[in-house]
Amino acid sequence: MGNNLIVQEILFPLTSQLFNIYNENIGKTFISFCREGGKTMNQELPFDFSKFQFPKIEMKVIRGIVAGIIIFILIFSSVFTVNPEEVGVILRFGRYVRTANPGMNFKLPFGIEQVTKVPVERQLKVEFGFRTEAQRDRSKFSTRAYQQESLMLTGDLNASEVEWIVQYRIADPYKFLFKVRATTLTFRDMNEALMREVVGDRSVNEVLTVGRVEIANTVSKKLQQLCDEYETGIKVDQVVLQDVNPPDSVKPAFNEVNEAQQEREKMINQARSEYNQVIPKARGTAARTIEEAKGYAIERVNQARGEAHKFSAVFKEYSKAPDVTRQRIYLETMNEILPKVGRKLITDEKTTGILPLFQLTKEGEKKEGGK
Amino acid sequence: MNRMNYKILGGLAILVIVGLILLFSSAFVVNETEQVIITQFGKPVGKPIVEAGIHFKLPIIQIANFFEKRFLAWDGDPNQIPTKDKRFVWVDSYARWRIHDPLLFFQRVRDERGAKTRLDDILDGLTRNAIANHNLVESIRSTNRKLEASEELEEIQDSEINLRIDLGREKITRMIIEAAAPRLQVLGIELLDIRFKRINYVEEVQKKIYERMISERKRIADKFRSEGQGEAAKILGDKERDLKKIESDAYRQAQEIKGKADAEATTIYAQAYNQSAESRAFYQFLKTMDTYKTTLSEKDWLVLSTKGDFFKFLQNPSGQ
Repeated sequence: MGNNLIVQEILFPLTSQLFNIYNENIGKTFISFCREGGKTMNQELPFDFSKFQFPKIEMKVIRGIVAGIIIFILIFSSVFTVNPEEVGVILRFGRYVRTANPGMNFKLPFGIEQVTKVPVERQLKVEFGFRTEAQRDRSKFSTRAYQQESLMLTGDLNASEVEWIVQYRIADPYKFLFKVRATTLTFRDMNEALMREVVGDRSVNEVLTVGRVEIANTVSKKLQQLCDEYETGIKVDQVVLQDVNPPDSVKPAFNEVNEAQQEREKMINQARSEYNQVIPKARGTAARTIEEAKGYAIERVNQARGEAHKFSAVFKEYSKAPDVTRQRIYLETMNEILPKVGRKLITDEKTTGILPLFQLTKEGEKKEGGK
Repeated sequence: MNRMNYKILGGLAILVIVGLILLFSSAFVVNETEQVIITQFGKPVGKPIVEAGIHFKLPIIQIANFFEKRFLAWDGDPNQIPTKDKRFVWVDSYARWRIHDPLLFFQRVRDERGAKTRLDDILDGLTRNAIANHNLVESIRSTNRKLEASEELEEIQDSEINLRIDLGREKITRMIIEAAAPRLQVLGIELLDIRFKRINYVEEVQKKIYERMISERKRIADKFRSEGQGEAAKILGDKERDLKKIESDAYRQAQEIKGKADAEATTIYAQAYNQSAESRAFYQFLKTMDTYKTTLSEKDWLVLSTKGDFFKFLQNPSGQ
């Protein structure tokens, strides 16, 4: 494509210039050639008319060779193929006449019609802020040298490094070739200007984090508008932001912010985990305390009921014969407690001293009591 | 015979060649990308040829001057310019132009090289003025859209966020175009667009900006950290509060339940024991008996009188 452009841009002025030179120099030589009968010119001229006759070659053969050469050139300069991803733009004497589709095509020979092939179906890519160096197995990237491309100011007057690629196709080969000179270079300039315009209207935070997709979309949209306005014939497929970074010397500070953010989360999580260790346990304990209290309550009430019933029942029977029952209960109680009690002292109202009464106690106690 | 043939052939060849020379020096091809002015002894003749294709002129005395018909690019020299708010920036701009009037263009600037110097003079100067007459933010921002900063930045006072702009990038470049277009028009040049390709701080300013960015980030980092500590402390406080609340709540509820139960028990007892004077006396008696059972033990002394009910039979079976 580039070569063909060169052909168009250079060859035609060149040929016309060549004829000018022809005019001035060779013309003169021919004049002198006529004067001097061609003898002296034998060594100087690249071709010599007198030599046509000396080798006794038949005119037929010469005609045949000449015709052969002419046919050969004719075929070669009139048949051309267009690859599947291309179209051929055909110019007749520099003027656009038609576009050839992929396949075998014909044109007028001898440079009357010229073809420029434009890869309209191929997706092309330009890179900003870096270049893909080797595409064989793994792409290597170099960025250092292209920092000028990627360094830009954000709307809050901070700096950031934005690397991006643009995928595009040549949608209109006519415009692409004939409307703008150095289309690809212009396209690069447009890209840089627009990306900076869009990034310039966003904060460094948006550029580095949340706004990436939105920025790419906005640039893509604006780029297409500008491509149409500039009549570049380019169709923008996609703008993709690659690495978007703060400048190198600021990077550690940005990382520190991330770290601090992590730290914050960590501290909060630790506190939360401590909370979670203690509180559910306390809730359990509290529930237990309450349940225990409920147990106590049930027990207490039941006890009371039981005792009350027992009392009521006993009292009912007691009421029928109070004296006897009272006596009975008293004696039963005495019966129960007196054996339990170690020392008993029974006094008579007639007894004045306490001492003799000790005889009444058990054997073992007697001595003790005697003392 | 041979000599005669040579002469005739030579003469014919000369005629053919001269004819070809004349043809080639009078015919010329205008490409799709070109336009042509024909000059005769340096003086323009006729209208500019803008149609592509084959064209003719008088041989030798007329010369075809080719000019670009396409849009051309102008790339400005990166320029160090102080803005109105005294910041030094590099500005690299590009413009798009075309030879609008080839005749005028040919007369005034002759060729693209001449045009380039004029474009340089006019556009670089105007760019410089435009940048120098406005605050930096005017050439960076395009709209007054609210910048979405991290919320912690908004508290930082001297942040340059959300400065109001009056014009913006777009309008400033429009102004350059408006000022440049008439001056270029007279040179046969049509200016279609000019844009700032790159605006960056100059080295020394950049360092300061980086320092500012670093300190700004540090502040944010500190804020995050103290936020973390604060939040953690708050959670721990919550923990203490909740703990106390849960424990005391449980205690209160337990006491309430117990109290209620005690009260109920008391009511039940009272109902049972308080039926009549007799029942009260009986209860007293029973309870006393129970108490005897539990309070007396082996080590106790029990002093009883024979006058009492229990031992009255001890000496006197009649109980009198």
